[in-house]
Amino acid sequence: MDLLRFITAGSVDDGKSTLIGRLLYDTKNILADQMEAIERASKSRNVGEIDLALLTDGLRSEREQGITIDVAYKYFQTPSRKFISIDAPGHIQYTRNMVTGASNADLAIILVDARHGVVEQTRRHSLIASMLGIPHVIVAINKMDLIGNSEDGYLQIAQAYKELAEKLNIKDLTIIPVSALNGDNIVDRSENMPWYTGETLLTMLETVNVLKDQNQDDARFAVQYVIRPQTEELHDYRGYAGRIQSGTFKKGDAVKVLPSEQESKIAKIEFGGNEIDSASVLESVTILLEDDIDISRGDSIVSLNNSPVISQDLEAIVCWMDDKKTLKAGNKYVLQHGTSRSRCSVRDIEYQIDINSYEKLDEVESLKLNDVARIVLRTAQPIAYDPYQKNRANGAAILIDETSNVTVGACMIE
Amino acid sequence: MSISVKEVSGISEQEADERRKTPDYLDQLEAEAIYIMREVAGQFERPALLFSGGKDSITLVRLAQKAFAPGKIPFPLVHVDTGHNFIEAINYRDELAESLGAKLVVRYVEDTIKAKGLKEQTGKNASRNWLQTFTLLDTIEEFEFDACIGGARRDEEKARAKERIFSFRDEFGQWDPKRQRPELWNLFNGRISKGENVRVFPISNWTELDVWAYLKREKIALPSIYFAHERELILRDGHLLNNTPVIEKDENDQIVTRTVRFRTVGDMTCTAAVESNAATLDEVIAEITVSRISERGETRIDDQQTEAAMEDRKKGGYF
Repeated sequence: MDLLRFITAGSVDDGKSTLIGRLLYDTKNILADQMEAIERASKSRNVGEIDLALLTDGLRSEREQGITIDVAYKYFQTPSRKFISIDAPGHIQYTRNMVTGASNADLAIILVDARHGVVEQTRRHSLIASMLGIPHVIVAINKMDLIGNSEDGYLQIAQAYKELAEKLNIKDLTIIPVSALNGDNIVDRSENMPWYTGETLLTMLETVNVLKDQNQDDARFAVQYVIRPQTEELHDYRGYAGRIQSGTFKKGDAVKVLPSEQESKIAKIEFGGNEIDSASVLESVTILLEDDIDISRGDSIVSLNNSPVISQDLEAIVCWMDDKKTLKAGNKYVLQHGTSRSRCSVRDIEYQIDINSYEKLDEVESLKLNDVARIVLRTAQPIAYDPYQKNRANGAAILIDETSNVTVGACMIE
Repeated sequence: MSISVKEVSGISEQEADERRKTPDYLDQLEAEAIYIMREVAGQFERPALLFSGGKDSITLVRLAQKAFAPGKIPFPLVHVDTGHNFIEAINYRDELAESLGAKLVVRYVEDTIKAKGLKEQTGKNASRNWLQTFTLLDTIEEFEFDACIGGARRDEEKARAKERIFSFRDEFGQWDPKRQRPELWNLFNGRISKGENVRVFPISNWTELDVWAYLKREKIALPSIYFAHERELILRDGHLLNNTPVIEKDENDQIVTRTVRFRTVGDMTCTAAVESNAATLDEVIAEITVSRISERGETRIDDQQTEAAMEDRKKGGYF
């Protein structure tokens, strides 16, 4: 049984929290006392029916306003998979929260209200899913009951969405007509829409292949920590602790250490103190090399014959996340990429992307909260990166404000 | 109980190799938690692991062992002792620290109360749960800890579901849910100024059942109170509390003897037992799998006071 992380995007009005509530409820993942608490809260708010949305709104201010402000995580399982649902707010002022949630997702569910079809926020959510490289997108056309479960209505919206998707980079797209409120095509197939012959939402979530999405080709390993026990028995032990970002490493593999470009071979791979033959993407292991090379946190170990780009000049799509300060050419930040940190300066804002119309806006002076743009960066030290769309783990970076220490930008290196 | 570095994975090498071929959710969660542990060791000067003797922090210790093997865990275990802890958990804590050769720091709520003239809650539902925060903040200051690793999980409680894995706290230890740092990919930003600290939750994405499944897979011994045993208890408002002098009783309380186990191991004053005959890990897992009541709902009296009880405690610096 493996793990799937998915994000749901849409506003409260689209029934996003209700959809999550429905998934949890129909897969019997809501416990009795949680249900009682929701019933109590629904009654005190006079919402009539049980409001499944109350399951995900965890903060006092969210319950008071009836909106989701921050990313919420919910956990459930079925006999075939464990799920982490990432519930992100949909409103434009919370774009950074959606980007945050999307950064770790294998799949995105984008909710569309059947009465309104593809609207501005559908375009925005789809752009974010595409930009963040989420491999699978499910468009759930919700509230089908409110358009009489009409097949024509569904087909029109599906067509409009496909036209939009052509402008984006969505590898795997599925469009499902649902009613979260009534549970149609969520877990159980809908009797109200016999014309729909595709899979239900849950079946899609259970069967989508996420292992194939990982980059299996380019061996990359960022050193997090050097293990040196310095005991009598392990006097010369130097193990490089880290997580395989992509590809596979085997004992005996010829490797290169970056940015120094020194070459060596893998002497041993260990997990929890025991030797293993090989390690692949996402595994946390310890690598020992045959040669005594000076390696520290921030360096990477990569395959000798397949190297990332090593450069101090980067171009990246950035989502700006600071609500106080703007990004301008000339500004300096700390760039965190893998386990390395380097000072950097913004050379140029090439263009801003209107996240609703997808238009490129030239001659932009500065970026404010939630703006998306392509920028040019110069780093103090060379960065060993792969393009984000080819390798999410080694193409992602964050910008940190040097004075407040806050994370202010999400970068996808191009 | 014996936990040595050599046996750290708890399974044979062949078994481990087999397992690696098919990714399993426990492997995925474990790899993520180990990655987070190593980020703490790599990013901070003086981290600490907050250890209570409960199953979640026992899991953290195993993950830390695996993260840094064959080296020792490069940070101390820190316990804030309310003085109302189960003796079984305390004994377990001491044995574990000794077998690991780990540094153990214990600070007592009792001492903080005396030194600062803090006023304790009184009455039958009095608890030192809130006062723990004072001792924790003092301990962080005393040792200048810049990161404290804790065993909180997002599935436990709805305010926790909103918290980051690297949870920034200001110089007063306060959590501000509206000013959390965006947490992108697995790029954790642990940069702080002096006096500030970060609480780190490596098992954020684990559920209660995941923890039990992991304890079983890793063959980790637990304090005996997690398994069914006969015990004298106070029956109060439907909850079974340990019969101990630290809980004030009145005429409405009934003293009963029941076969019970504890599903969580917190402060005795606010942790209730559940009636159970589950005497082994398998039996406990079987019971939890079919349980229709959440862990905190069943056993934590402290969360039931208001809808935002945990959110309020965390804003005040609680773990």
